[in-house]
Order: sequence, then structure tokens, then C-alpha cells
Amino acid sequence: MKYRDLIENALNGHGADYCEIRIEETDNSRLSYRGKSLDTIAQTSGLGGNVRAATKGGWGFASFNSLDELSHKVSDAVAQSKAVGGSKTELGEAEPHVDVVPAYIVEDPTEISLDEKKRQMDHYNDLVWSVDGINSADLIYGDSSRKTYFGSSDGSYIEQQQVHVVSRISAQARNGGDVQQAGFSLGSQGDYGLIRGLDDQVIEAAKRAVALLEAKSLEGGERTVILDPVLAGVFVHEAFGHLSEGDNVYENDKLKEIMYMGRKFGGKHLNFTDGAAIPALRGSFKYDDEGTPATRTALVREGELVGRLHSRETAAKLDEKPTGNARAIGYNFPPIVRMTNTIIEPGEATLEDLLEGIEDGVYVRNWYGGMTQHEMFTFSSGEAYMIRNGEIQEAVRPVMLTGNLFETLQNLDGVGNDLDMNQGGGCGKGGQSPLPVSNGSPHIRIRKCLISGA
Amino acid sequence: MSESLLNAAASKFDEAEVYRIESESHPVSFESNKLKEIMRRDTSGVALRVIDNGRIGFTSTTDAARESELVERAATLTPFGSKASFSFPAPMPYPTVDIVDTAVPRVSQQSMIDTGRGLIERLLDEWPDLLCDARIGWSTGRGRIMNSAGIDEDYEQTGYYCSLGAQLIRGTDMLNVWAGYGSSHLFGEDELDRLIQTVRRSLSWSKESALASPNSGDLPVIFTPRGVGATLLHPLMSGFNGKNVVNGSSPLGERWGEKIVDERISIYDNPLISGASGSRPFDDEGVASQKHVLIERGVAAGPLLDLQTAGQLGKTSTGAAGRGLASTPSPTSSVIDIAAGDTHFEDMIAGIKEGLIIEELLGAGQGNELGGDFRANVSLGYKIENGEIVGRVKDTMISGNVYKVLSQVEHVGDTADWVFGSMRAPAIQCLGVQVAAKHE
Repeated sequence: MKYRDLIENALNGHGADYCEIRIEETDNSRLSYRGKSLDTIAQTSGLGGNVRAATKGGWGFASFNSLDELSHKVSDAVAQSKAVGGSKTELGEAEPHVDVVPAYIVEDPTEISLDEKKRQMDHYNDLVWSVDGINSADLIYGDSSRKTYFGSSDGSYIEQQQVHVVSRISAQARNGGDVQQAGFSLGSQGDYGLIRGLDDQVIEAAKRAVALLEAKSLEGGERTVILDPVLAGVFVHEAFGHLSEGDNVYENDKLKEIMYMGRKFGGKHLNFTDGAAIPALRGSFKYDDEGTPATRTALVREGELVGRLHSRETAAKLDEKPTGNARAIGYNFPPIVRMTNTIIEPGEATLEDLLEGIEDGVYVRNWYGGMTQHEMFTFSSGEAYMIRNGEIQEAVRPVMLTGNLFETLQNLDGVGNDLDMNQGGGCGKGGQSPLPVSNGSPHIRIRKCLISGA
Repeated sequence: MSESLLNAAASKFDEAEVYRIESESHPVSFESNKLKEIMRRDTSGVALRVIDNGRIGFTSTTDAARESELVERAATLTPFGSKASFSFPAPMPYPTVDIVDTAVPRVSQQSMIDTGRGLIERLLDEWPDLLCDARIGWSTGRGRIMNSAGIDEDYEQTGYYCSLGAQLIRGTDMLNVWAGYGSSHLFGEDELDRLIQTVRRSLSWSKESALASPNSGDLPVIFTPRGVGATLLHPLMSGFNGKNVVNGSSPLGERWGEKIVDERISIYDNPLISGASGSRPFDDEGVASQKHVLIERGVAAGPLLDLQTAGQLGKTSTGAAGRGLASTPSPTSSVIDIAAGDTHFEDMIAGIKEGLIIEELLGAGQGNELGGDFRANVSLGYKIENGEIVGRVKDTMISGNVYKVLSQVEHVGDTADWVFGSMRAPAIQCLGVQVAAKHE
């Protein structure tokens, strides 16, 4: 237990209601390609830490790269918390845990030589360029190891390591001023193997980019849409997940009135959960960054709000239980309430069932991005196809979808039986981005969904 | 430390560069009308970039104990690195740019708390149902850039910033508005008043709700200075990014010197403006800063270049290299300055029978920006009917292409306002923006 004594000694006699120290060691590798050639190859390492203290409901936070004089840093953060505090520190119950959690590893990317990683990505870059009509390519490979050492005045000391692999492969085709792109993102916790065997997917993406130059743009307006599992995962993350984060609600009486337990959001086919206690996904871990063990939280059961995501503070203030969702992207940020692995649970319908009877709709696949501002959300597809007479037909240019939580969930009238996870994304909130998360869903159908013109 | 690292690297590789940063920031945050948190963040680290046998190696660390690994790490990486199209520059003269205010590090915690409290109280006096967030902070940064061609430059920069947000909920209708400003200089009541005015204006224009009518691009849209930043800036700047020009994905690739937008549009990247966030005497590769023309009277002048992209295009760096500690430099804009025109904002509104005002977007940047396209949900925008603002629009999306929209300019505002301290822009009224909206 590398930093246990250092942390315990520094916390000794801290003088706040609560105090914690998190030290972090990181190692990252990154390869990126742009145009025809390798753009960057880099290896970076980091050491940093922070002290967070609470006094009378106020918070102080100090982050640093040097671990020297740690007890002075504790004094600084405690003094800051005292300058803020004026009420009462409320933190949800936490059993102290002492634990060492090794990284979840299938095939360790840090054991793979740089030479091999580069050969693999060179190969995909060559494949993109082997497709006629390609004008440019963007490929990124990255792996990271993050080891955290957490100790708190409640008596916890937890060491945890996480290893992540991410990749995005994107191809561009151009006709004069018209530039179109297509691609895909992948991610895994602890498995370099995900980078292998992508030849077909890479070629398919490159061909799609070229074909998009000929594809039509849709007129903006309301349509029936079917989302594939990847995009539906992004949908539940954006449309529902963020509003179920307790820090949006805990100091906001009006929002409490709207997001009350038992509120009906839609039909019985709506069942949403979030939790890090599912092994091996991007958003999985054993303890969150406050030392709370991971859980699985039901957010919506049969269309009704039944739970939300918490840090220790938001749980206490709402008189609910901590759920293990307090996460920080790095040592220079305090933990805030975040999603982990967010899922729409599968229903009974096949894709054919969902398509049946749609006269004029759009089938949207794959993601490009998404954003939320309270009840408003938008997200973008990577691919879009017309649906006519219940059949998926020609490709059109990718679209952006938008909506309002309260209406859109009422219009979500079909849930498929084919759950699949999207591991290629990262989430941003409060300047902390991209945090590893996953989301997943079966195919879903939404009536009267507003889509943009392209 | 920097000298010994540079010496060790320069003796092992053909060329070397050491980039070191050290910064501290002190933000004070208010959440839901209350003081919530005081922070202090210290950051320090060093990056090493080398060129050996024509290839680039890059590595960095924030762990002082591992600095000794950097030379070895660079040696492992460089044989795989990308081809260098440049050499590190020799010392050159730098312009004087005012980016330090010695009053900034003397700002007390209490004065930041008082400032935040004062801003929130002023809003609550008028709108007691608001939930306000605020963040006030100062920062100092010191950097040093050294290379084997003889550059050894220190720089120092201060920063002071303030942002203010307000939320209003009526039923399930939620309104979020905010304003922010940052400068290398300490600022006072005038700028704080402007923040309050911005928030107040958004709140009062949003008192009523309005429905946007879907259209085919023939209705006028006014982008406020913030709306210009939120909608048009990113897709436009991606065309001027040297990397996109090098790899052929900029639509401006063969159009330098041609008229690409309305002649009332002139845009500069100007890191020499005193006090602006983003101003600097030299860029992150040690190349002297200059005022760079992007668009002059509608004509595309030239891309933003760092050393590598300049070398690839056979040109010289425009001094546009930006970098973080853990990333290699790439072309980055500093302070965007868009020339004002001659129409009063009020006159633009008065002259519109039906149209929209765009202030903030949700989800911009998800579309195909490389081609100049934009599309997003209008998170803060208003409808104009018969020359008057009638209310806030929601469930509305806009889309278009920045080159087409800026070719259909109707009016350019007569004042250029600072947007968050790093961009100055007028309001711009154009045609050609597609609007999609919910029926009902």
C-alpha cells in the first residue's frame, strides 16, 4: 500500500468535518493519423494529487503535481472549506474500505510494443486509403493506465487501477466544397484485442464516406425514427441519464417537484438502469472516487422514476443512499455525479416488429455526438437510412435528432429485444471530459422525433 | 532542470525542444445562489520534442521524478515518429504584448466571494425565482520554451475571469442563461455590469414562449456576437486550420485569394490585443506572434500554420502553434476579431417581419464541420415578428453552411462585442439558415 502512510499522516489532525486525499499516477500512449500519414506518436506520464475538505457544508479543494508538504496542502484545503462553510456538512453513510483493486485485464495494451500498435494502425490507415474516392483519414489509437490512491478521514484507503483502450477511425471523401465523413469509435477496459480484426469495418466506413457524397439530405421536421443499439445508448445517456444525476436536483426545489419518485415518464416498456457494478465495461469499477462501492441503480421501472445517481453529498441532501457515482476525470478535479454504464433494458420486439407499418421514417445508426441541457437534448447519428413501407432503404446524409425529455419518452413506443453496448464514447460535464462511460440499448422506436435538415 | 534536459536531448538527437509550464488558479464557485467551493489548482510539467533522422518524437510528464526518463522515452518513440517538415527556429524579435497585470495575483479570496455574491444578489433582486451559479477566479501561468537552435524564452501571463449563470423553471419549461468574461487584466464594475445586462436581456426576451415556423432558408436570422461564436466560428475556422489544409479536407484548399463570403466580412486572428484572453508575444513553438488576416473584405487570405504545417505547405509559420502539456503543437487561433459594420442591432430587429435571433446552441459541432456545415438545437434563441421580439423559441433546430450563410449577409452590426474575452464580433444578419421546428 504505496501511499497509505503518506496519506494517513497528512490527514492527521486535519480539522475539517471530512477530508480526503487522492493521488494518481498515469501513463498514456497515443498514435494519430491525419491525411495520409502518421501525425503524432506520443507517450506521456503523470503524477498528481488533490486534497478535498468539507467544513459546515462548504468545500475546499487543492490539486498539485508535487506530493511535497502534503500536510500544508491539507491545511490549505481545510482553510478554504472553512471560508465557505456556513451550514452543516451532510454526507451519505460510508463504510470505511481498505482494498487494493488491480486493473481488469484481458490483453494488456501496456505490454504490447509500440511497433506492433503502429503496424496495426498503419494497416487500417492503408485500408482506408485503398478505397477509391477517399480524400483524407483520421485515425486515433490511445491507451491509458490510471492508478489512484485514495484515503479519507473516514478511514478508507483504496488503491485502484484502470487500463483503457480507445480508437476512432474516420474516413473523409470530398467533392469540391462538399466534405463527407464516416467512421466508428471503439473502446474497452483492459483489452487490446479490440483493435484487431477490424478490416471489414474499416473498409465499410471508407466506402460509406464516399457514398455519402451522392446521398440526399433530408428535409428537417418530425418523423418516426428507429435507433440502433449504439445510438439508442447515446439517447438514454443524453435524454435521461444527465437529468437523473443527483447534483442537478439536490439544491433545486423546482426540479425536485418535476423529478419526483414515481413520476410517470412513459409506458411499461421503459426500464433504465445505470451502474458500475457490471464487470468489464468502460464505466465499470469497484469503488467510485469517494470510496463508495459501485452499485446498479434502477432509474426507471415500467415507465416510472424509481432512482437517481448520487455522490455522498447529493444522497444525504435528498435523503437517499449513495450509489457510487461520484467520479473525477483526474487528480485536478473534484469528483462529481456521473453516469457509468447506462442501459435501456430489452423488451420483446424484433427489428422487423419495430419497422412494421412505418410509411415514411428514418433508421439511424451509430453516433457522432450528443449534448444535454436539462430537459433539452440533441444527438447525432453516424448513418441514416430511409424507411418506407416498413423497410430500410437507401442511405441519406446523417442527421441530428433533438427533443425534450418529457415529450420524447412518451413518444418512445417500441423497445427491441437485441441489447448491445456502445463502448466507444466518453462523457463530458463540468469541464471534465472525456470520462470513460458505456451505454447500451436494444433497437428503439420514437414517434414524432424532430430531426435537422442536413 | 530545463537546461540539463535540453542538453541531454540535444546531444542525443539532431534537434530538441523543451517546453515547461507552471500555473496556479484560484476559482471560487457559487451553486444555487450559495457559495459552494474554493479551489486552488497548481499544475507543473515538462514536454520534450525532438527531431532525429528527420522524424519527430514527443513525450511529457508531470512527475518531476520521471523527467530523467524523457530522453530515453523519446529515443524509443522517434524511429516511429512522423516526418518532420521543419527545424526548430532560431531566436527572433518578439512584439510587446500586454498580458500581465500584477494586480491579479493580489486579488483576495474575500473580494472574489463579494463579487460573486454581489452579482447573484443583483439578479435575485429583480428575479427572485432564479437559481444562480457563479465562478470568479484568477490565475497565473509561467512558461519556458528552449530549443537547440538557441531559443530560450520565459513568459508570464495572468488571468482573471468571471461567469454568471441563471436558471428559471416554469412547469417543465427550463431556461438557462449565462454570461462570462475573462482578461489578463483585473476588471471591475463596467464589465460586471455588462455580464448582468447580458443575463437580464436574455431573461426578459425569454419571458414569453414563441413557436418558430419551419422554413427553407428564406427568413432572416440574426446571430448575436455570442451566436456568431456558437454557430459560425468553428465550422469556419476548421477551413483555416493548417492541418486540414495540408490533408486536403479544407474546402478553402485551392481558394486562397478568392472571394468566399460577403465583402462586409473581415476576420483576423490577433494575438497582439492588449488584455485579451489568448494574446501572446510568441506562440507555443517560440515563433513571433502577428496579426493574421483570415478573411479581408470577403476574400480568404491564408490558413493558420504552425512549424510543421507551414513546412508541409512550403510556407512559413504564422505563429499559430498552440499546445497543452501532453500534446504536440497544432495550429490554433488566439483571439478572433471580426470587423464591425454599420447597422444598429435595434434597427436589424425593427427591419424584420419574421425571423429568429440566435444566441446559444446545444450540440453544435456534431455535424460535418469540415465542409463548413453547422446544425444544432437552439438552446437560447428568440422569434421576431413585425420588428419586435415576441419570445423564446424551443424545440427548434437550425442548419446551414457557413460559407453559404456568410455569402447572404443582410446586415453587420455596428459594434463588435467581446465574447468571453477571447473573441470580438458584431451581430450578423443573414439568410440561408434552415429552420426545423416542432408542429403544434
